[in-house]
Amino acid sequence: MIPDDPNLSRRDFLALPGLFVFFPLEAESQGPARQGYPSDFNAYLRIGAEGRVTCLVGKVELGQGSKTALAQLLAEELDVALDSVDMVMGDTDVCPWDMGTFGSLSIRQFGPVLRAAGAEARAVLLEMAAERLGAPAGRLQVKAGVVSDPSSQGKRVSYAQLVEGKRIERHVGKASVKPVKAYTVVGQSPRRKDAIEKVTGKARYAGDMAIPGTLHARILRPPAHGATLKDIDTSAAEKVVGVRLVRDGDMVAVLHERPDLADKALGLIKAQFVRPQPGVDDKTIFDHLLKTAPPPRVVGQSGILAEGEKLAATIVDETYLNSYVAHATMETHSAVAMIENGKATVWASTQTPFPVKQQVAQALGFTPENVRVVTPYVGGGFGGKSASRQAIEAARLAKLTGKPVQVVFDRAEEFFYDTFRPAAVVKIRAGLTGAGKMVLWDYAVYCAGDREAQQFYDIPHQRTLSSGGWSGGSTPGLHPFGIGPWRAPSVNTNTFARESHIDILANKVGVDPLEFRLSHLSDKRMRRVLEAAAKQFGWKAGRTPSGRGVGVSCAIYMGTYIATMAQVAVDKSTGRVQVQRVVCAQDEGVIVNPDGSRQQIEGSIMMGLGYALTEEVRFKDGEVLDRNFDTYEIPRFSWLPKIETILVENPEVPASGCGEPPIVNMGAVIANAIYDAVGARLRQLPMTPARIQGALKGG
Amino acid sequence: MRRTISFTLNGKPARVTVDDERMLLWVLRYDLGLTGAKFGCGIGLCGACTVIVNQQAVRSCSTPVKDVAGKQVLTIEGLSKDGKLHPIQEAFLKHHAFQCGYCTSGMILDAYALLQKTPRPTRAEIIRHMDDNFCRCGSHHRIVEAIQEAAGAGPGGAR
Repeated sequence: MIPDDPNLSRRDFLALPGLFVFFPLEAESQGPARQGYPSDFNAYLRIGAEGRVTCLVGKVELGQGSKTALAQLLAEELDVALDSVDMVMGDTDVCPWDMGTFGSLSIRQFGPVLRAAGAEARAVLLEMAAERLGAPAGRLQVKAGVVSDPSSQGKRVSYAQLVEGKRIERHVGKASVKPVKAYTVVGQSPRRKDAIEKVTGKARYAGDMAIPGTLHARILRPPAHGATLKDIDTSAAEKVVGVRLVRDGDMVAVLHERPDLADKALGLIKAQFVRPQPGVDDKTIFDHLLKTAPPPRVVGQSGILAEGEKLAATIVDETYLNSYVAHATMETHSAVAMIENGKATVWASTQTPFPVKQQVAQALGFTPENVRVVTPYVGGGFGGKSASRQAIEAARLAKLTGKPVQVVFDRAEEFFYDTFRPAAVVKIRAGLTGAGKMVLWDYAVYCAGDREAQQFYDIPHQRTLSSGGWSGGSTPGLHPFGIGPWRAPSVNTNTFARESHIDILANKVGVDPLEFRLSHLSDKRMRRVLEAAAKQFGWKAGRTPSGRGVGVSCAIYMGTYIATMAQVAVDKSTGRVQVQRVVCAQDEGVIVNPDGSRQQIEGSIMMGLGYALTEEVRFKDGEVLDRNFDTYEIPRFSWLPKIETILVENPEVPASGCGEPPIVNMGAVIANAIYDAVGARLRQLPMTPARIQGALKGG
Repeated sequence: MRRTISFTLNGKPARVTVDDERMLLWVLRYDLGLTGAKFGCGIGLCGACTVIVNQQAVRSCSTPVKDVAGKQVLTIEGLSKDGKLHPIQEAFLKHHAFQCGYCTSGMILDAYALLQKTPRPTRAEIIRHMDDNFCRCGSHHRIVEAIQEAAGAGPGGAR
């Protein structure tokens, strides 16, 4: 990843009116979190002469609520009203470089950077106010962007007055950020900053950018991954009035001012493709993965496995599987590109505007300074919009046609080019003493990735192995199509396997699954979230299967602790599951926006029902067979369980992520609840009616 | 066939001269510049393109524009009156019944259609009515609450 030239951001910033405050870099104070971020803190904020504050961030709003939460962080440190903060996000010409919006990092990693910028700006303004008011800075108070001297009534000056019409350069030393107990904006749940636009239809997404003369592009796609174009006849397509045909290397596109006519022209192209050799399908994939995956590497080890084997009275070996899962955002990948005076501007639905800028520059042969990527609201990401093929295609076509070009994937393209959550296999061998203590844990994950693969229970002899994963390390031909990060990458797979296995072990020793977990947990944060969930749920200890249909699962996701309990009903005749109730307790350290956190938990629970129960991509020989929502079933209103969320207070710990963690328990908590309901153990996700019926028959 | 189609759009007369088979979604978005209705699936499965035609929720991605000739079309842009949000919009705002917002126009308009027909729906009726509207962010819980609240505001969600 190449960071943007910070001087560029600064130069652009200098073109804006308002206050310019220059700070020395306090790199040490920020630690590794600041890697790659511009050293000039001015990159993140601007105080306008009219008193409004513009907050500039390279993060984007995908629905996760960063637009509001980041504004809260800045308003808090700067001591301005939240309503006076205007957010500018994901515009590579004006916002500071950022790697991308993923990994639940906006608050955990970027938050401290933004807070530091706000705190230092406040310190400079206070110093300026002290000079203006003739009072020592230590005596002054700041409220809503107005500095006043409490010992001298009427002596006050606003940030706007301090900076109006002036350009000030000033350096201050390190300014300390506020302690948690002083927070007045952080920790509140104000109206979301995107609320009005989103309920009135005014919110603009990449596909909504209306530039006169825009051509809508439809691009010829192969029927399968690995298929090659053999023969093509475009004569009929070219007869559509107003259509433009573009052939450029591997790309054949038809463009028209109206999307339906571009579509019609695409339908008239006669193309013959040579399909790839027969390969894997969604049933043979798991054997293929085990045969093809690179040798596993050790990612964690303690104790001696042979000792664990010796101590164990019971050994339980299991294999867990999960299929490929699509992101299936409601907004398909969309982009509009325009080239004017040698500069390309691309409005893109992307989680990674800065990397996309580099990719577009490379595709066009432009210098990066001549590419601007603007990210309007994004209609869901979940990792799927880290890859942004459509933006590059739109830019290429804009260059080739000399017109603004829109590329909006249809739903079939969205499935075809999705970077799926990888299919994966987990093998676990665990051992219990005669007294029911876990003494052995030998864990190997193939193709999901090693994030949170290491378990957190107190087990003396353990090893964790990992082979390949969503972020690379794959052998060629391992996956028949693109894979990538999917909300909480690796961790849905790892949690499903671990927490299912823990339940099996608890069952072996006839101990209540919550009690079994607690008896192997000295991690206080984990105990606390489990206990909080149990209290809310009204967990009653019992051996599984109790027939009640209750389950528990717990996990850590990059510093956030989550415990989830669920109650399900299983229709034995059909194998259908209705999840009736889900309780989730989360400890994410300092809570920036409680309602925002609850939205993420509720959303994760709902979305997680999909990969738990129905979602799997079906494919054969490179062809993606699921092309729309008629066969790829995502959660809907009729699935809605009663959802209860608990935010476990832990202000001692810095704010960590909350957008991904609560989804990770959903596979195991439902698997465990199904077992408790009907005694059928599901070892493969999704737990479809057919698989449940199979498990009921002892399959 | 290219011809002129007239209909009422958000209370005002609208005329477009287009291929009459063009889907209403494209006419709204690209001939009339109203982008509140969204493309989601293209075959009427997801509800992101929902608009109201003669008080019924329809999927504009699969409704040819000729089908709305002479009819009343309401889009999200026409729901608030004189700068005042409709009670359903107010309720979605209050409950934060959205995340990415992409499905929201369709959700609000389908809720509007429900409350026109059934001013005081039960929770089960809301879920049944909304079941074909997809939300990937998982705001379902809040959307149901918002519709319940809007229903309490009066018949049709109107004050």
